[in-house]
Amino acid sequence: MRFFEYEAREIVKRAGIPVTDYGFTTDAAEAKTIAERIGGPTVIKSQVLTGGRMKAGGVKFADTPDEARQHAEDILQLEINGHWPRGVLVDPKAEVKQEYYAGVVWDGTAKKPLMLFSDMGGIDIEQVAEDHPDHVGRGHFSALEPFHDFQAKQVIAAAGVTGKPLQRLTPVLARLARLFLEGDMLLAEINPLAELTDGSFVALDAHMEMEDEGMPRQKALIKALGIGAEEGTREGHTPTPFEEAVKAIDAADHRGVIQGKDTGFHGNIGLVIGAGGGSLTLTDAVRQQGGKPANYSEIGGNPSVAKACGLAKEVLQKDGVEKIAVMMSIVSNTRVDIVARGVIKACLELGKDPGETIAIFRIPGAWEDEGFKILDKYGIEYCDRSVSLWDAAGRAVAKIQGEVAA
Amino acid sequence: MKKDAIFIGVEVDDRVASDAAMGAKLDEVCPVNIFKGTESGVDIVEENIDECVLCGLCIDAAPAGTVKIHKLYSGEVLPA
Amino acid sequence: MSILIDENTTFIIQGITGREAVNLTRECLDYGSKIVGGVTPGRKGREVHGVPVFDTVEQVVEHNGGVVPDGSVVTVPPAGTKDAVIEALDAGIKTIVIVTERIPRRDVAAMVEFADQQGARIIGPNCLGLIVPGVAKMGGIGGPAKNAEQAYQPGSVGVMSRSGGMTTEISSTLTAAGLGVSTAVSIGGDAIIGSTYAELMPYFEADPQTEAIVIYTEPGGRMEAQLSAWVKENNSRLPIIAFMAGKFMDDEEMQGMSFGHAGTIVEGKEDSATEKIARLQEAGIPVVERIDEIPDLVKAKIAERSAA
Repeated sequence: MRFFEYEAREIVKRAGIPVTDYGFTTDAAEAKTIAERIGGPTVIKSQVLTGGRMKAGGVKFADTPDEARQHAEDILQLEINGHWPRGVLVDPKAEVKQEYYAGVVWDGTAKKPLMLFSDMGGIDIEQVAEDHPDHVGRGHFSALEPFHDFQAKQVIAAAGVTGKPLQRLTPVLARLARLFLEGDMLLAEINPLAELTDGSFVALDAHMEMEDEGMPRQKALIKALGIGAEEGTREGHTPTPFEEAVKAIDAADHRGVIQGKDTGFHGNIGLVIGAGGGSLTLTDAVRQQGGKPANYSEIGGNPSVAKACGLAKEVLQKDGVEKIAVMMSIVSNTRVDIVARGVIKACLELGKDPGETIAIFRIPGAWEDEGFKILDKYGIEYCDRSVSLWDAAGRAVAKIQGEVAA
Repeated sequence: MKKDAIFIGVEVDDRVASDAAMGAKLDEVCPVNIFKGTESGVDIVEENIDECVLCGLCIDAAPAGTVKIHKLYSGEVLPA
Repeated sequence: MSILIDENTTFIIQGITGREAVNLTRECLDYGSKIVGGVTPGRKGREVHGVPVFDTVEQVVEHNGGVVPDGSVVTVPPAGTKDAVIEALDAGIKTIVIVTERIPRRDVAAMVEFADQQGARIIGPNCLGLIVPGVAKMGGIGGPAKNAEQAYQPGSVGVMSRSGGMTTEISSTLTAAGLGVSTAVSIGGDAIIGSTYAELMPYFEADPQTEAIVIYTEPGGRMEAQLSAWVKENNSRLPIIAFMAGKFMDDEEMQGMSFGHAGTIVEGKEDSATEKIARLQEAGIPVVERIDEIPDLVKAKIAERSAA
């Protein structure tokens, strides 16, 4: 789950890291009230789950509360990269002396969380790491043993920071490291982390992303941030009607798992495929042979006839889809006969001839003999494991699009 | 009593269909809820018939020859 | 020979009374594996396909006259997995297969770190385990014994795969071509896993039966880069052939989306399919376009090495 900046700042604040006296609102008039309370120049920031808001005009400076209201009004109506803002954040305009970067991510190779710190904040850390490696400190820490503040201190010192800043920044990075683990985060970043001219250290912007798998045990935090269950996991894109429909079918029945995606797919080959790795392999095989899939899907975990039928029906009801290809890598848990029943039932319920509609059925494995009997009865072209995934995909492309790219 | 769906047909002998104890037993053993035990015997739940996994637990639970599963796609009958 | 397990390996199933675990127990027993006990808290005294069930791992050890089983297959729900794995490691079990999906990374990292401290090895999570064809299997890999036999015949190729299903598809292709499989490991589809390709290479290296390695890989993570580095640093006797799925994910329109497994989320340029293929090839690991090209290439590589 991705968090908006105003939520990420709240998470940081709850962890005991100082933030500015900002306010969040969805209303331009209230933006003025917040600016009045702050007193002095402010920054109005669009709250969107996408990058590049500065360039897009989603961040504006205001000298007076009236100006803050005007900017808020403009920004609330500004779409950025296809995202409408959730609201605006009204922040005191900070007098910055020095900007730092503090972040924590997972290192999959070391299998540990990794702290990153730099005294060159405000810009892209990957760029800093490339151009000025001596200004970046790094350090892994344990997910098993308790975190010690000195580990944060070492990382900051390694970036070349000493003196009062080192003393003041150590607890900030230590708290960020702890909140990263305790909050099941994938990313916890404060950039910039600023030393102001009055000598205080505050988080001026924050990015947080929580692992979806951690959400069940982070309910209290999610609730405290005012995020409702209807927001789901806030995927990077808005789910399409097809994606929503497949999700609903999957949730209605605990037997097996189905998934369907069609964001970015614009073709006419309906794919009813599985499982995880098989679906990736088959989608590639269709495309590499010149095929244009209408969707991506996954069948796994031995679904019911109703579930397989539901997925096939959704795929068949997509615009431009006349035929489907039903293909999986060799199955050992999912049953061939059950999937066969499901996809045939989908055709029949939509008034289509299964023999015409199912271009190819390539699912070898558990209960295949029984499945083949069903496929024979309905005149469906099928194959066993002696036909590779590549060749099965090629046959589907040839039958649906009439040609195969060499 | 015999009911057919698209792929599977379920046949229950009248002796069993009107036996409440047998009905309850079939209801319990079927993993996909094809049988619903009633006060007077057993009902066949039509929308679940095609979910039959051919496990044979219903056949084993009832007296020999009183429950039959028809594979409508091949003409085969269980028990063979 | 084989890696990690052999005909004498004993193991337990944690979460043995769950629906999938009951099936998995049946499959492993039918295949010839030695399951010496099961654990489900509160279910002591039951049996699953003749395997006695206990409340704790300690009780299993006690029941076995103080002998610690070699391995454990863990199939408990995600919220309880970390505790179950630490319990097994604490009892002295050295090979753990974690089947469970959707475990938070914090828990995976903690389990892996504890396993390292105990000198133990974790396979998974989110995997189907491993199989030594004709000898034993630990986990649901290959399915029922009859199906497993059809796809997995003993042979010379070691298989490692981030997809459980594709482990079987690839092994079946190797079996059909007469090459067969020495040991096949479903390493798991998550971003952090107990054993990566590079970490399992030394085991295959030490197994005289293995003459070549085939890996199935996907976008996401740095595991392939780690393998490339390992290959460059170690003068391995084993040729490696790779297959990369999910190339379509490199498309502009798919950015930020995850397909197939949790671990396929691309978090940086280095984890894209294109970058990974380049890196593998640079290390001398050919990446085939199609699964059905694998057997001929394996045969050619083995011939090349034996001629050298």
